[in-house]
Amino acid sequence: MLIYISRRFIALFLTLVVASGVIFTVLEILPGDPAEVILGTQARPDTLAALRAKLGLNEPAPVRYAEWVGGMVHGDLGTSYTYSVPVSDLVKQRIWVSIPLAILALILSTLIAIPVGVVAATNRNKPLDFGIMGLSQFGIALPNFWFGLLLVYVFAIGLRWLPSGGFPGWSAGVWPAFRALILPAVALALPQAAILARVTRSALLDVLGEDYIRTARAKGLTQRATVWRHGVRNALIPVLTILGLQFSFLIAGTVIIENVFYLPGLGRLVFQAIAQRDLMVVKSVVLLIVAAVVIVTFLVDIAYAFADPRLKVRR
Amino acid sequence: MTDPSFASTAISTEGVEAGLMRRLARSPSFMIGAVITAIVILAAFVSYFWTPYDPTAMAISSRLKGPSASHIFGTDQFGRDIFSMIMVGARNSIAVSVFSVGIGVIIGVPLGLVAAAKAGLLDEIVMRMNDLVFAFPALLTAVMLAAIIGPGTLGAVIAIGVFNIPVFARLARGSALSVLAREFILASRASGKGTALILIEHVLPNIMNTLIVQATIQFSLGILLEAGLSYVGLGTPPPFPSWGRMLSESQTLMATAPHLALFPGLAIVFAVLGLNLLGDGLRDALDPRLAGRSAQA
Amino acid sequence: MSLLEIEKLSLSINGTPILKHIDLSVEAGQTVGLVGESGSGKSMTSLAVMKLLPPGAQAEGRIGFNGIDILAAPENAMCRLRGNEIGMVFQEPMTALNPVKTIGEQVAEGIRLHTGANRADAEARARKILERVGLPVEKFPLSRYPHELSGGQRQRVVIAIACALKPKLLIADEPTTALDVVLQKQILELLRDLVDENRMGLLLISHDLAVVTDMADRITIMRRGEVMEEGETAKTLSAQVHPYTRQLAEASTHMPARAKFVEGRAPEPLLQLDNVMRDYPGRRVSLFQKAEPFRAVNGVSFSLAPGQSVALVGRSGCGKSTLARMILALDRPTGGEIRFMGDTVSRMGESALRPARRNMQVVFQDPYGSFDPRHKVERLVAEPLHLLESAPSPAERRERVAAALHDVGLSARDMNKYPHEFSGGQRQRLSIARAIITRPRLIVADEPVSALDVSIRAQILDLFADLNQRLGVAYLFITHDLTVARAITDEVMVMHDGVIVEEGATGRVLDHPQSQAARDLVAAAPDLQRAIARRLEMQG
Repeated sequence: MLIYISRRFIALFLTLVVASGVIFTVLEILPGDPAEVILGTQARPDTLAALRAKLGLNEPAPVRYAEWVGGMVHGDLGTSYTYSVPVSDLVKQRIWVSIPLAILALILSTLIAIPVGVVAATNRNKPLDFGIMGLSQFGIALPNFWFGLLLVYVFAIGLRWLPSGGFPGWSAGVWPAFRALILPAVALALPQAAILARVTRSALLDVLGEDYIRTARAKGLTQRATVWRHGVRNALIPVLTILGLQFSFLIAGTVIIENVFYLPGLGRLVFQAIAQRDLMVVKSVVLLIVAAVVIVTFLVDIAYAFADPRLKVRR
Repeated sequence: MTDPSFASTAISTEGVEAGLMRRLARSPSFMIGAVITAIVILAAFVSYFWTPYDPTAMAISSRLKGPSASHIFGTDQFGRDIFSMIMVGARNSIAVSVFSVGIGVIIGVPLGLVAAAKAGLLDEIVMRMNDLVFAFPALLTAVMLAAIIGPGTLGAVIAIGVFNIPVFARLARGSALSVLAREFILASRASGKGTALILIEHVLPNIMNTLIVQATIQFSLGILLEAGLSYVGLGTPPPFPSWGRMLSESQTLMATAPHLALFPGLAIVFAVLGLNLLGDGLRDALDPRLAGRSAQA
Repeated sequence: MSLLEIEKLSLSINGTPILKHIDLSVEAGQTVGLVGESGSGKSMTSLAVMKLLPPGAQAEGRIGFNGIDILAAPENAMCRLRGNEIGMVFQEPMTALNPVKTIGEQVAEGIRLHTGANRADAEARARKILERVGLPVEKFPLSRYPHELSGGQRQRVVIAIACALKPKLLIADEPTTALDVVLQKQILELLRDLVDENRMGLLLISHDLAVVTDMADRITIMRRGEVMEEGETAKTLSAQVHPYTRQLAEASTHMPARAKFVEGRAPEPLLQLDNVMRDYPGRRVSLFQKAEPFRAVNGVSFSLAPGQSVALVGRSGCGKSTLARMILALDRPTGGEIRFMGDTVSRMGESALRPARRNMQVVFQDPYGSFDPRHKVERLVAEPLHLLESAPSPAERRERVAAALHDVGLSARDMNKYPHEFSGGQRQRLSIARAIITRPRLIVADEPVSALDVSIRAQILDLFADLNQRLGVAYLFITHDLTVARAITDEVMVMHDGVIVEEGATGRVLDHPQSQAARDLVAAAPDLQRAIARRLEMQG
């Protein structure tokens, strides 16, 4: 078991290192002259030279990379070109919007999807199953940002139950802040839930076809007890894998949905940075998001090992 | 020794394919999906020759009109006909998803096959590369590309395409591994067939079905992703119509002109739904457990 | 009143008739054997008793268990019976247990369910029953997971689960078919002991006539959903009143007509192995220690003369399949040499191997996995033809395929069909056609008849004997089934733990085995004649 965890941890670390290398290469080496990217091709040579010196671009690439990574480890994410403030300041506040939103959406989608998937599987080919499957087909075809717009129209503009956008900050109180995240979380969660429900259903159906289900019934377990104790428990394993994969889509969705609800999260930050060609911000935020995805994958792998004892013995 | 059990008693002389056509025709999911997809493709195709109005023509006098007989989906804030914009926008969505799936298949499938056949170090490398690409959601790749070359269709295609590569590589590898474990592969090797030929003649035809189904899923995902990228400004720039960008432009006017946000969104849902139904129908029809019922011994 | 009484049971699934007027009864303490080939409906009969039929099943007639009318019983009454008064053991031990729960949990689950015992008591009882089935708690603590156990051990767990609450009736559906012959003997003895100890009724379902004869007092023979004959075992099988009974009994002991093999005057053996070894890298058990390599084949040497038919027998895991792959040059030995027709094939590259491959072909065990389902028969059977020096023209190819099909008793018309259109026995014929199309000198057959029904098995063995006679092809049969060895080979080699422990003329080795491994195999191998004789003796 320990071997498994350490191997996964090493893989995590290596992926992060290589990812940082890729990000650095794409954003600083590929474009040729980052200073030109920032100021535009029409800029005067002396302005370019000044900027290059200011950003330390005259040093060789490996040194710049080492400085960047070294800085990151200490929490120094560089300085934003546009605002001339440390990137870490910009990121600190935004992260407290994006991460809670992503987690809220994840929890919501799982809470909805798994029971729905189980119900569909246990009522296979009956009207309830067809209904759920039909609904989920619409769910997966729904772009989450469009769904967000619809929710705003109905609940904010129409019914005025919830705010149509903006974020008051956690300092204004947990409930007001939470209220601002409800609609965005629902917009993110529902299409995800549709996918997860379908996966749960098919995983459970697969498991219910296995021989050990027959053994359980031969023991005298009722159909319902068999489904829950042997079926769902085992079906959660493939569902867990999908959950990990879906998280990367969820994070990307969070970034987009912040635009719909005018939430001051990492998404808004990075899009503004692109518009302003602020490479430093873009570099660091992209790496942060990649790190989030990789860490969650790692956690899912660990959970997977706990869920499936076959993995504890390294084959 | 005249036992009838060894005379050739055929159950059906049709191959795997003929039964397939019948099953497809009988699958409601496939038929509905095929019709919807055909409509979308048709709309895109027809838009090259004719649209009710010029999608880029502005007519300030008829701005923000709701759906009516003259403008089926209404007009936007510049007086442009939404229905025409949607028809032309279909071209964009289809093109981006086709190209990005193309990238994924052309690069990903051979990678996966080789990884499955060669195993060892090459396999490890391909798997690690897959993990690396999966760590970058398509959105992030698009973000990086946009930061250096500016937002545009090319960036969107590359970003989505790059993400598709490990999807197909992983799928091809997994399916190829299970085919390669079967005895008829061993029999082929005993007949002296080389690895490359075995991959082409035996493995590829047997994983083709899984790949096709996944391709339809990736097409529909491509449409969703392109819409999302266009929505945040990382996709097709103006003046070319794009469903996602139409939605972002509609946002501020939603309270007064909800039809601006409704129709492009419905178009996306329609196209994606069609492709998903098509894929589902295909998957059920191609299920090997349904094909090839064997006779009783 | 019998323990189990099945009267005129008829069953259909979604309209298709499966069983017709089945009559069967089992008394307490009695073992009844239910025999039939695939499609006979024997498994469905047992599922009907447990009322675990698939959806769409319609049953008529009467099933009485201890006075209870099974077919009329509501589901909760059945749940009380299952695992408690009626226990069931299934065929596939590898998949019968939930992989994410410990064996302790799975055995205790049934106990807790039916007796309401708390966890500690249930675990104590679980420990006892696991000990009884041969899994002592010091070596197999309750915290073990199924994947840490072998097939035979898993089947013991399944038996423990079925017998934990001392049921009155035990149904065993092909309980040993997936196990090798020595394990089979152990499991059957375990079942017999449990039945005697607890005066259980046992309904033993099997396709193997010899196994059933050993174990059962009465026998019911089924075919295509109907009972053909029923009666006291020894009498029924020696009298053989019903033609189907006769057919089964004859097929079980069938010996194809073969001329005695005469050692030819060929100066060189066809195949020669010299001290062949195969190591596999071992599993890492700790971060700091290097893994010990595992030696699957440990210094095997033998030779095969042209036209000779030899069997390589041994328990599962003894290394025989590994050896077969190396002989076919599908794998390289880590030590030693393999020479085929004078060439050292163990050291040659793929292109150099072509002439050798032409003369050496293989027939596998699984008739369903042996063919690419997407290719037509012509293409499949012709595949080895590309090994010939000059590629045959399409017309020549078709001719050769037609000839091969004819040689194996199929027709040339079958060329245009797909594999799924054939039955298991016919597919095995296709395998053989593919193997002989280049007129090889040696065919390696890996368990070629184990997956076939007993009557088909006899036909295939006849085919092998016939081809041996007509084409002079030599055979290396890999098998754990000694009856196959006896039927079709001149010499036998017994393999154990990677080493050949005994070899010699088939009749001599199997009648008078010297080595322990050979003796275990022979003692465990079910033999129909011996079993019938034993039974008749027991009855006086």
